[in-house]
Amino acid sequence: MEERSALTTDSVAQAERLSWRERLSDPEFWINWTAVIALAILVIVFGVASPAFLSLGNIRAVLIAAALLVILTVGQTLVILTGGIDLSLAATMTWAGVVLGQVVAHGGNIGLASLLAIVAGLLVGLINGLLIAWGRIPDFIATLGTLSAASGAALIFSSGEPVTIVSTFLLQLATGSLGPVPYFVLIALIVVLLGHVLLFYTRFGTHLLATGGDAEAARAMGIRTARIKLTAYVLAGGLAGLAAILFTARIGAAEPAVDTSYLLNSVAAVVLGGVSLFGGRGSIAGPAAGALLLTVLVNGLTLLGVSQFYQPVVVGLAVVLAALLVRYWR
Amino acid sequence: MSPTEFERIFSAPRTPERDSAPGVPPRSEVPGPAEVLLLVERVSKHFGAIVALQEVTLWARRGEITAIVGDNGAGKSTLIKCISGLHAPSSGRLFFEGKEVHFASPQEARQAGIETVYQNLAVIEDLTVWQNIFLNRERVRRLGPFAVLDRRAMRREALRMLQQFEIHLPSIHARLRRLSGGQRQAIAIARAASWGSRLLIMDEPTAALGVRETRRVEELILRLREQGLAILLISHNFEQVLRLSQQVWVMRSGRVVGGRRTSETTSDELVAMITGVKSDE
Repeated sequence: MEERSALTTDSVAQAERLSWRERLSDPEFWINWTAVIALAILVIVFGVASPAFLSLGNIRAVLIAAALLVILTVGQTLVILTGGIDLSLAATMTWAGVVLGQVVAHGGNIGLASLLAIVAGLLVGLINGLLIAWGRIPDFIATLGTLSAASGAALIFSSGEPVTIVSTFLLQLATGSLGPVPYFVLIALIVVLLGHVLLFYTRFGTHLLATGGDAEAARAMGIRTARIKLTAYVLAGGLAGLAAILFTARIGAAEPAVDTSYLLNSVAAVVLGGVSLFGGRGSIAGPAAGALLLTVLVNGLTLLGVSQFYQPVVVGLAVVLAALLVRYWR
Repeated sequence: MSPTEFERIFSAPRTPERDSAPGVPPRSEVPGPAEVLLLVERVSKHFGAIVALQEVTLWARRGEITAIVGDNGAGKSTLIKCISGLHAPSSGRLFFEGKEVHFASPQEARQAGIETVYQNLAVIEDLTVWQNIFLNRERVRRLGPFAVLDRRAMRREALRMLQQFEIHLPSIHARLRRLSGGQRQAIAIARAASWGSRLLIMDEPTAALGVRETRRVEELILRLREQGLAILLISHNFEQVLRLSQQVWVMRSGRVVGGRRTSETTSDELVAMITGVKSDE
């Protein structure tokens, strides 16, 4: 690190990638990797404490269980990076699942039903985006409204009854794998990868970070922040639709009751992943690791025989700790 | 509007109305049409019943630093917002490079070659130096149907740009949050000065800076002028205006109350015009 103070002195090297040493000295790096490091520690601790934890079967189960949350978390991350929040995410997933179930119940083809589930998710995202970006309604209120509306719509559409779905496609999706990688895990990996590329290797990603970082400044530079926000909510809705397909495949039925723990855990994973709740900074890999961390935490505690009642407390502690860490590191 | 209209304004014979139009100085100071880069002609701006600008006429010559001074609320910021496309004038006309222009958005003004460095900076603190320099002008590579950021090209180009303007920073990878106010301002200015812009508008570029940083930014402004850029400078600081500019316009309550060649005026005269003790009207 000699003579970094003058740009002119070491010009060419600077245009290249950052050296590892430079990266490690940036607090941002550590914040982005908090979840990964914590995850590694957790895996070691649980691995030592419970031999069953590191068994192939358990690892596979954890990864499959985490896939759904990872997908939702990527959607939540995109929204939170714009400085917003999507409280409707879990309700959207439920609503999209009910759409899937009803299409199948009315004799629809499973491919069409899956497609419509994603469309149903996109639609809620679009409504969220329009309310927030153009209606100028605070994100909290708008998505609280769609949370309620989507849960209601799910109940109305299904008359409150779960629909059992017998589908080889969904069964394959839930149990099959490509080589050693289960389809669920594969889909989650693709979503994370695409999210990462979108955020860091496209103009949209840079504009998303700029919108969340300083919307007024972004607008002054000609960035259409309303459109960026709208797109983030639409993407989150679409991912909730995708998660609905996985959710339905997993339990073999379209369930009309909303499981709000998915919403809370998606926000928790984003915080664990080092994303600022004010928007503008963060990564996709961090929150994805955060989602995995939460799943591992619950799995490990269960294996250790800790009562289910204690698990939310531990999850809560982990999230608050991560938030504190981020707060004081910056 | 044809260029001849623009020329007509500048070569029109003196008439009593013309001379009594607010802000039009004695005939001897009016430049030839070829010298003028920007002409603001009788521009007014109303916000409801409030008159923010009243028949403002002024111009900026090519290759010069033109300063606009005035008290708070004199209309300086509103005026530059009209020029940079953020506001549409209620009446009056703008000429840029001899042609009448209408900017519906800052983007259009930017495309015409007018860049603005805003008072509140318009840089994103959470992004890096190179990301800020290329904000909304990102270089992309086509990858089939997709456009992927060409990060390396942007880093190289950003570095070259900073070197051209002799701006020293710890690293182009640094997030702006970690840089000083002067460094951020330098980045905002460098960003605006690139991209083939011909007129750079700066709103109080040193208002938030310390003495040393102010000097650095002033040096940068002078360097940009040497490289052929015309600059419209809004400033409270008379010393700075006298140091940097070639032409000064004085505004008071939404009107231009006087224009001077900087070499022919003094700080005292400017103060007198700003406070209304003296004016050309």
